[in-house]
Amino acid sequence: MVDNAAPAFTPVNLITGFLGSGKTTLLNRMLKSPKLADTAVLINEFGEVGLDHELIERIDENTVLLQSGCLCCTIRGELADAIKALHSRRARGEVPLYRRLLIESTGLADPLPILTTIAADPSLRHHYRLGVVVATIDAVNGMSQLDSQPESRKQAAVADRLVLTKTDIAAPGETEPLLARLLRLNPSAPVRYAIDPDLDPSALIGDDLFDLEAKSREVALWFDEAFAEARSRDHNHAHHRHDPNRHGDDIRAFAFSFDTPINWIAFGLWMSMLLNRHGDSILRVKGLLALEGEAAPVAIHAVQQLVHAPTHLPRWPSSDRRTRLVFIAKGLDETTVRRSFAAFVLGQSAGSRRI
Amino acid sequence: MCALCGVLGGKDHWTEPLRREGVYIRFSDPAARRRERARRIAEANIIVALFGLTLSDWQADSYVLATRTGKSELVADLAALWPTAEKLAGRRLDPLDPDTIERRERANG
Repeated sequence: MVDNAAPAFTPVNLITGFLGSGKTTLLNRMLKSPKLADTAVLINEFGEVGLDHELIERIDENTVLLQSGCLCCTIRGELADAIKALHSRRARGEVPLYRRLLIESTGLADPLPILTTIAADPSLRHHYRLGVVVATIDAVNGMSQLDSQPESRKQAAVADRLVLTKTDIAAPGETEPLLARLLRLNPSAPVRYAIDPDLDPSALIGDDLFDLEAKSREVALWFDEAFAEARSRDHNHAHHRHDPNRHGDDIRAFAFSFDTPINWIAFGLWMSMLLNRHGDSILRVKGLLALEGEAAPVAIHAVQQLVHAPTHLPRWPSSDRRTRLVFIAKGLDETTVRRSFAAFVLGQSAGSRRI
Repeated sequence: MCALCGVLGGKDHWTEPLRREGVYIRFSDPAARRRERARRIAEANIIVALFGLTLSDWQADSYVLATRTGKSELVADLAALWPTAEKLAGRRLDPLDPDTIERRERANG
């Protein structure tokens, strides 16, 4: 690709997080990074006064303010229209060439309709793709927000990166239980600390699955934490040390792996059948598949009913060459999903190996 | 049609995606794609048979889903297969339903 060309698929990244959790501060840090200079920003305003936008330092022709309120319900058409308008202006050279979009949603928003709008809109999906979802979590109020606000749980659960803010003003001992809870809710998202001087804000959205150089590293991240968490959960369960559901989280993550290479056709049929019936309950699925007849793995990634086009990794990210799947879902029984996968995809009634 | 570029929107299900950078394309050779398609129909038939349905090829482009009484519908791809199958079968096709899993396990032998 030549440097002055727009990418074939422009990534759309989302910053989500509850009210007051530091989204705007993080967005400002990202926009100051020279590596993200070619980023167009869409800011969602809530209510009459665009509070957030007054805090954004960079208001230029590549910044679009969405006016109609809550991004999760009324604005889906407006979001698609705003991206299409920006796209046309880029094509005509009326705005500086941008290579990625960054949407800042209101704290109240359920992020899933935003993601599905990007992935499902019949014209956007030919030119834009989902990038990275970053969720900010406030170390002081995060636990109570996760307790009381379903949107807060969804934001944490669908994120690709979690950024913990306000850890410097949290009471001693407040951060660890929150971290443990986030790990159970979304073990595939690495957690970063906003106060970490080494935090590179551009890296939060710079590396994603479709970045050909970064994707092996990205996929490895999905699974490292997920499997470590599952092992720890089993261990703790065996020792009756804690109740993983003590917070009553309705969303939970589970991960499993299979030793045998799987059949792509059988997997496609099973996954599409599963998402047709249970897509509303499945927030995300991330998978690294060892396929029959393929030397390198294939990564799949779904948000509710929508599955990204599968990507072929250049090589396995580690010496572990098993098929691995992580589900972040609401109310699905892990044992049943595993047994169904074994019956439909592995073509055998024996269950898969856990972990 | 795509409003942005004027390209006619083709089918682009994730199991048979359009070619683009980095995307996993199973086969580019037409003969291999035809064989893959035949295998997909055979494999899908094992599942839809659990619900009294059969799937067949339609002009190497779409599929026809039919009930035992001959009621049939054209389906474009896997995205349309399951909702259409539920409509024709008059019931949910749930891969997590214990009875469905058991019947599939028995079908596997």
